[in-house]
Parts: sequence; structure tokens; C-alpha cells
Amino acid sequence: MRWLSRSYLTLVYLLLYVPIVVLVVFSFNDSRTGYSWGGFSLRWYESLFNNHAMVQAMWNSLWLALTAATVSTIIGALTALALHRYRFRGKKVLNGMLFVVMMSPEIVLAISLLGLFLLLGLKLGYVSLLLAHVTFCLPFVVITVMARLSGFDERLPEAARDLGASDFTMTRTVLIPVIMPALMAGWLLGFTLSMDDVVVSTFVSGPSYEILPLRIYSMVRVGLKPEVNALGTLLLVFSLVMLMLSQWILSRSKQ
Amino acid sequence: MMQSIKQQPFRAAVLVLVWGWLLFLVLAPNMLVVGASVMTRNPSTFISLPLNLDAYRQLFNPLYLDVFLHSLYMAALTTLICLLIGYPFAWALSRVEKRRQMLLIFLLIVPFWTNSLVRTYALKLILATNGLLNSALMSLGIIDEPAQLLYTEGAVIVGLVYLLLPFMILPLYSVFEDLRQDVLLASHDLGAGRLATFKNVVVPLTLPGVLAGVMLVLLPAMGLFFVPDILGGSRNLLVGNVIKNQFLDARNWPFGAAASIVLTLTMALLMFAHRLSKRRLGEEGA
Repeated sequence: MRWLSRSYLTLVYLLLYVPIVVLVVFSFNDSRTGYSWGGFSLRWYESLFNNHAMVQAMWNSLWLALTAATVSTIIGALTALALHRYRFRGKKVLNGMLFVVMMSPEIVLAISLLGLFLLLGLKLGYVSLLLAHVTFCLPFVVITVMARLSGFDERLPEAARDLGASDFTMTRTVLIPVIMPALMAGWLLGFTLSMDDVVVSTFVSGPSYEILPLRIYSMVRVGLKPEVNALGTLLLVFSLVMLMLSQWILSRSKQ
Repeated sequence: MMQSIKQQPFRAAVLVLVWGWLLFLVLAPNMLVVGASVMTRNPSTFISLPLNLDAYRQLFNPLYLDVFLHSLYMAALTTLICLLIGYPFAWALSRVEKRRQMLLIFLLIVPFWTNSLVRTYALKLILATNGLLNSALMSLGIIDEPAQLLYTEGAVIVGLVYLLLPFMILPLYSVFEDLRQDVLLASHDLGAGRLATFKNVVVPLTLPGVLAGVMLVLLPAMGLFFVPDILGGSRNLLVGNVIKNQFLDARNWPFGAAASIVLTLTMALLMFAHRLSKRRLGEEGA
């Protein structure tokens, strides 16, 4: 019974990871056709970095992810603090809206935002992408911060208030340090979500600001492109580093 | 109100920012979609009056109805396969000793953090006509000539299962974690066999996890339009492909909006079922 469940677990993990391993191995493949092994080579990495449009898309994506993660962390943290500390009318509605954003299919969010931007006459590009990415990252930041706040000693902010601190000062000196690990983890998650998003970006981006996932999308729709193996491997390593960083931050803060 | 702004400027600023963002970028756009679905298509302003239900009627046009039913069928099959693989997997995972469990969970979250487009493309390397799977099967002598694996319904389902499996496993794992061993022992002591215990104890107690998993898999399985684009060819479209085409290419907003509302209503229905199943277990709402 025990070996059966062990081998079953192993089998499923193998299936999950085989495609990723294949991708990484083939990114170092010298062969042009991309199906058979033609010796070790870094030529696809080289051609990747010599491709100006690709490098530009990479920078665009990085800048977008950086700004989207930062804005969503700020707004998300304030939202979590408001939900945690303040009593106000419509709190349930606010919670409900965040839940809807997180649960509703991405494509529904995508068309609703596209509709809004077009009706307002907003030019599709960096700004529309930023607004959209912040919106879908927001609930994840709120949840991460809320989880941190829920195990928090309520007497600390009270003590700060009694000692004469204003709401702003108390937030800055007491609450922010407490939720810092959650802020960093939320930021990393937002950054990764933004870097990887295809569905929403397909709708709200314009020709003036090309980002990486959309460039990959147009490349892989037809045939196989060995450059994508190299790019995919780089993105994989990148996400892995982000994930480990976030796990490390969260686990260290628990001790 | 004025009083509270003067007393607590910080609080007021926070609430205005948060409410502003959500009303402007969540509530307003969603209202817009609902509105667009009952309006008339217009080439220059996208939508115009008069109000009508033509878009919803168009959903029942045999051409689209076929696409919807086929998409629903593929999504349902994907969900079923994820459940069949994920249920025993989550059970086995919850029985592994705690220290190794952390690592195994980490390995499950990695895909969530990695680019789904790139992972879909990796499947193409394996499924292509002269790809790895065909070469392997041929060198083993199981088949004589390469089979058509790519651009089939099967390829789309494999892609969807591959991308969505972790979303089925994680909620199932959390209910199996809460399933206490002594409940199973009690059932055994009361004379229930393995099958009876499974049917009367394990299944009802894990039902909220099953429904949460179904919710997290079924809807994306109808929306992830890039999977058929990369693996499925033109005949295996998802609802997501229809919505995308109607909005971006045909510029038919009312129809695209109506299709997405149907998707949202499906989600609401599943969420309601999930809530109901949790309540029946005597826990607090979802």
C-alpha cells in the first residue's frame, strides 16, 4: 500500500516535470529542427540577445511587472489594513469585489477592462496594461497581508494610539514593520503574475508597448522556435528564484 | 463625514483610494459588460441602443451552440481527469511525513509561478509529429509510423490537464489534511468496511475540496484560449476563443459580452454549490 502511493506520487510528479526538463535540455540543443539532439550549444541564447525586438519586449515586461507589483502592493496593503482596522459601510461589498476579481475567469476581467478603456478613449499601451495588471494582482496581495495581520496582537496599535501617535504614524511605525514580510511576498507574487500574464494582456495591450508573453505567444502559434526554449528556460529560472525568495521571506518571518 | 475626514485624514485617504480603484476598475467594467450584452452592435461606437436580447439569442445559433457544447465537453473531461488523478494524489500526499510534505507542496506550486505559455509550448515539443513521444513509441516498436497527436482534441485536453492539475490538487490536499485519522478508525470500529467508509465518511468530508477544485479547473478550462491556439488547431475551440474573436476580430461586443456573462453565471452556480456543501458540513461559509 505504501509503495503503491509512493510510486503514484512519483509518477504524477514525473509527468508534471518532464515537459519542463525537455524544454530546458532542448534550449541547449545545436540542432535547427528542434526535435533531435545535435550537440550542446548556446546559439539560441545568443540569437535571443541579438534580437532587438525581443530584448525591448523583455525590458518592457520587466518595467511593467516592477511598477504593477509596486502599485498593487501599496494599494493592496492599504486595502488589507482598512479591512482589518476600520469599520466602514460596505465592507462586505469591498470584500466581495476582491473575491470576484480573484475567482472570475481572467477572460471576463480582460474584456470588461478593454470595454472600459475603449469607451474612455484611453490609448492601449503601458497605462492600460498597468491598470489591468494592478487590478488582477490586488486580491493576492490583500490575502497575503490579511493572513499576516490576523495573527497580530491588537494591543500594540492601541498602545501606540494611547501614547499619542496619529493613525498615520501608528501605521508607519507599528503596522508596516509587522506586515513587511507579507508585503515582500505579495510583491514577488505580483511581479511573477504580471510577467506571466497572457490572457488579460492580449486584450489591453497596444502596438506601442510590446511585452514578452505576447511576443512569445505570436512566436509559438506557428511551428517550433528554438529561441523560445532558451527564453522559456530563462523565465523558468527567474520564476524559481522569485518563488524561493518569497518562501524564504515568509518562513523566516514565522520563526 | 466632514468631521471624520478632519479627525482621521489618513483613514479617509485610504478608503477613498481603495474604493475608487475597485469601483472604477472592477464594478464599472463589469456593469459595462452586462450593459453591452443587451445592446446593439455598432461598427463605430461598438455598442448602441436599442436594448434587446439578440446577443443571447445568437448564443443558441447552432454554429455557436456547437462550439459551446464542445468546449463544455472538453472542459468537463479535463475536470474529470484532473479529479481522477488529483483525488488519490492529494490523499497520498497528505499521508507523507510532514518534513517531506513541504518540499512536495513546493514542487506543486512551482508551476503556478512559471509561465503557462512556455509550459504549453513545451508540450508541443513532446507531441509534435516528429516529436519525442512519437520517436519513443516508434523506437519501442509500438507504432510503425508517427501518429497525429498535435492539433487534436486529445492534445487540447492534455494541455488543459497539465496546466490546471495543481489547482485541483491543492484544495483537495487541504481537505485531506483536515480529515482526521480517528474518524476513519471510528468508522472501522463501528463495523463499516473500506468501501462503506469511503462512501459514507471520506467522500462527504472531502466534498467541499472537490467542489473548490472543480471550480478552479472547470472555468479556466473554458477560458484559456492560448491552449487550443498552440495545441489544438482550428476545430477544437474553447468559449475563450469565441469571446476573444468576437471582441478583438469581429468587434461584436454584445455577443462577446453575452458569452462572458454565461461563463460568469456558471461560476456563480459553482460557488453557490460550494457554499452549500460547506454549510451542510456545519462550517462557516466559503
